[in-house]
Amino acid sequence: MIDLIVNGRSVEVDDDPATPLLYVLRGTLGLNGAKYGCGLGQCGACTVIAGSQAIFSCITPISALRGQHITTLEGLGTRGRPGIVQRAFIAEQAAQCGYCIPGMMMRAQALLQRNPAPSDAEIRAALAPHLCRCGSHMRVLRAVRRASRASRAVRR
Amino acid sequence: MSGRGGSLISRRVALAGGGALVVHFALGTRGAHAAGSPGSGATGFGGRGGVGRAGSSLPGSLRRWPMLDSWLRVDASGAITVFTGKAELGQGIETALVQIAAEELAVVPASITIVTADTGRTPDEGYTAGSHSMQDSGTAILNAAAQAREILVRLAARRWRLPAEGLRPERGAIVAPNGRRIGYGALVSAQTLHVRAEPHSRLTEPGRHRLIGASMPRLDIPLKLTGESIYVQDLRPPGMVHARVVRPPSYGAQLVSVDLEAARRLPGVMQVVRDGSYLAVVASREHQAIVAMEALAQAARWSERAELPDRTRLYEALASWPSRALDIAGDRAAEGRSPLAPAARMLQAEYRRPYLMHGSIGPSCAVARFESDQLTVWTHSQGVFPLRSALAELLQLPEERVHCIQAQGSGCYGHNGADDAAADAALIARAVPGRAVRVQWMRAEENLWEPYGPAMLARVRGELDSSGRIASWEYELWSNTHSTRPGGAGNLMPAWFLAHPLTPPAPHPIPLPEGGGDRNALPFYRIPRVGARFNFIPQMPLRVSALRSLGAHLNVFAIESFMDELARAAGVDSIEFRLRHLEDARAVYVVRTAAERFGWSRWAPTAGVGRGFAFARYKNLAAYAAIAVEAEVDRDGRARLRRAVAAVDCGMAVNPDGVRNQIEGGILQAASWTLKESVAFDRRRITSRDWASYPILRFEDVPDSIEVVIAERPGEPFLGLGEAAQGPTAAAIANAIADAAGVRIRELPLGQSASQIRAGIVLRTA
Repeated sequence: MIDLIVNGRSVEVDDDPATPLLYVLRGTLGLNGAKYGCGLGQCGACTVIAGSQAIFSCITPISALRGQHITTLEGLGTRGRPGIVQRAFIAEQAAQCGYCIPGMMMRAQALLQRNPAPSDAEIRAALAPHLCRCGSHMRVLRAVRRASRASRAVRR
Repeated sequence: MSGRGGSLISRRVALAGGGALVVHFALGTRGAHAAGSPGSGATGFGGRGGVGRAGSSLPGSLRRWPMLDSWLRVDASGAITVFTGKAELGQGIETALVQIAAEELAVVPASITIVTADTGRTPDEGYTAGSHSMQDSGTAILNAAAQAREILVRLAARRWRLPAEGLRPERGAIVAPNGRRIGYGALVSAQTLHVRAEPHSRLTEPGRHRLIGASMPRLDIPLKLTGESIYVQDLRPPGMVHARVVRPPSYGAQLVSVDLEAARRLPGVMQVVRDGSYLAVVASREHQAIVAMEALAQAARWSERAELPDRTRLYEALASWPSRALDIAGDRAAEGRSPLAPAARMLQAEYRRPYLMHGSIGPSCAVARFESDQLTVWTHSQGVFPLRSALAELLQLPEERVHCIQAQGSGCYGHNGADDAAADAALIARAVPGRAVRVQWMRAEENLWEPYGPAMLARVRGELDSSGRIASWEYELWSNTHSTRPGGAGNLMPAWFLAHPLTPPAPHPIPLPEGGGDRNALPFYRIPRVGARFNFIPQMPLRVSALRSLGAHLNVFAIESFMDELARAAGVDSIEFRLRHLEDARAVYVVRTAAERFGWSRWAPTAGVGRGFAFARYKNLAAYAAIAVEAEVDRDGRARLRRAVAAVDCGMAVNPDGVRNQIEGGILQAASWTLKESVAFDRRRITSRDWASYPILRFEDVPDSIEVVIAERPGEPFLGLGEAAQGPTAAAIANAIADAAGVRIRELPLGQSASQIRAGIVLRTA
């Protein structure tokens, strides 16, 4: 049994300790936010936050995450009460198929926690591990800037 | 949006309730559709469904499904359900169709639930492909909703004994001049909309549109961005199990031996499936299935026999393979038989495109359940009706025992692994009856087995007269087919490896005007003499099929690169040269608008930066797109798209932000194809297994800005737009690199010619 803390809730899972977190999130815990894209850490679709770091859940075994705080897309807010990053991405309509976007949102969340006012270059650099095939990139960049402005307005 | 939620809930109920609700709908719908033609949807590429015996004068897909209740229903509570045979692929079609229906029915969009492609519930509109959804389904729903509204007005008039002219529809009710209201729900009975469409509809005056033409936020985006269950990947029917397939290492490989015990003894493994060279594992948890698949792959020995072309001589090979020469110039050849002025100058050039991947970020996935000889498949296929026929053939079931329901997947951009994954799920589900089986392809599976966009080659020869106009144009093209969609089970890849294998049918060219390899092979320009030949190559050493825009990517790349080469030879500005050969006012409008918004006439060159322009009307019959770009090249010869301005005319734009999203995305995707992409292979195997061996656009490559200007055409017919940016983007970038570096690159991807670009830069700065 492995203890994880997912979106603030303690859970005990009986998956094999070598199982990558992605399959535990999607299978055992029934969460949809993290997506399978490559299983190789090359596309970013599976990105979640562990502690304060964005990680590829498709290649991180749960044994490496015992007792750690894990945040998934579901931890940012709900459809009825979306979080700041979610509101920004929705406002910019930053998706087409949307499959890759949650991973980018988790990356943006981790970036803004670390650096509330990133420059355009810093946003691009942070998003470097992420692929999008529909070509939503311009909107994603705008959404991260919008989320940055919104989160600073809240802090003020 | 409550409407959207309703549709999801009903699907969940259907899943949990063992399909009772689905069956109910299936029966209801079949009755409603009885008057339509029962075609399989496999005829005619692009889902036009042109055949229908019923009322050929009806607009859009009403031709094939003329009953109004095929498209919309109003229940006693006033709740409205809209049905479309098209699939939401991330292009935003659901939202646009809801806008259309809400506009004509005079209701708020939230009061509408939309049901997309489902063989038990919706009309058969073939494939969601070829940028046809607005033309086919949008047109049908626009007219059906307008006619339904008029019926409701007449019913209220009869009930109140008032003249219909004085009544108006408003927010789901009919309102009398004295303010009296009656809700739609109170007016309808089950048969109210079970009537045939009329050839003509009283459409809402475009000047009075509340919803059409106003950007509406997409209905699906909030669900996708908060982790709600919306993708086929998210389905979890009770008792669902996970499967993985062990694919052969190369095309045509055969399984020599395998130790099935290698997988059977692993934790969670419930079943190992072998049928000839087809191998799969079923496990209770997803990662257990992956571990078992890997073990089984280790234990399998294959004999390989694929013979792939020498990639370093791919285009010589293309031109040498046996082909069927088709004269495709048609009317254009006869356009001007007037005596020609003596040609002042002749140019010729050859343009090349390699095999390209669809490259969905999420590999293909499907869920299937086989129970009491009844197969249910949830799939992100672009064509659930043709897929149903193919699966029925594959499993030798009567078609009515197969139910295919479209659920969203990762964007597909054409025929990717979606249908094959559905076939996998169906084959494996049959081995574990009663269980819902989820098959999720691995990254390498998608990369190695999806059907690629075909490699292509085009040669152009053009003559300029002494006044700097094009006097003659000769075009010759080499390509495979651009559609091997499952019209039959032989096109489902898993079927090739069964003990009783099926083989793909002989490929056919898709005829013009839509065209396949020859889509957009004829220039839209006015040219006195045009010749064009399409060398259709039946042999397909690499698996190929429909990739967004089909041949238009290479053809427009070739034509619009060559237009710039001719303009340069004539000593005329690129825009001016194009305008000299354009007569269509809407074409002229997008060309001028893109040039103006880009600042073409006042653009000042700087070192390492070039500008480029291109125009095409998609398929020469759908949306118009003109694109101006700025590209930069560095001292290493690396090229990057820096800025793009597009002007598009897609007829009446229902959701302008949706149009912008499609064009922006099309530009970025086409920039990726054009600058970076090429499927790699050796003489036996595909080697582009992952994103390291098939690099695509990343954030560092993304331009500084993209602007999209949409022509306002209220009331005009919809012109398919989803693929309109692909070709013009390719040529505009090549033209901008030629401008920046003085080097003309005619082979894609442009990025592989860095050394030539670098040499050009060195020459310029010397």
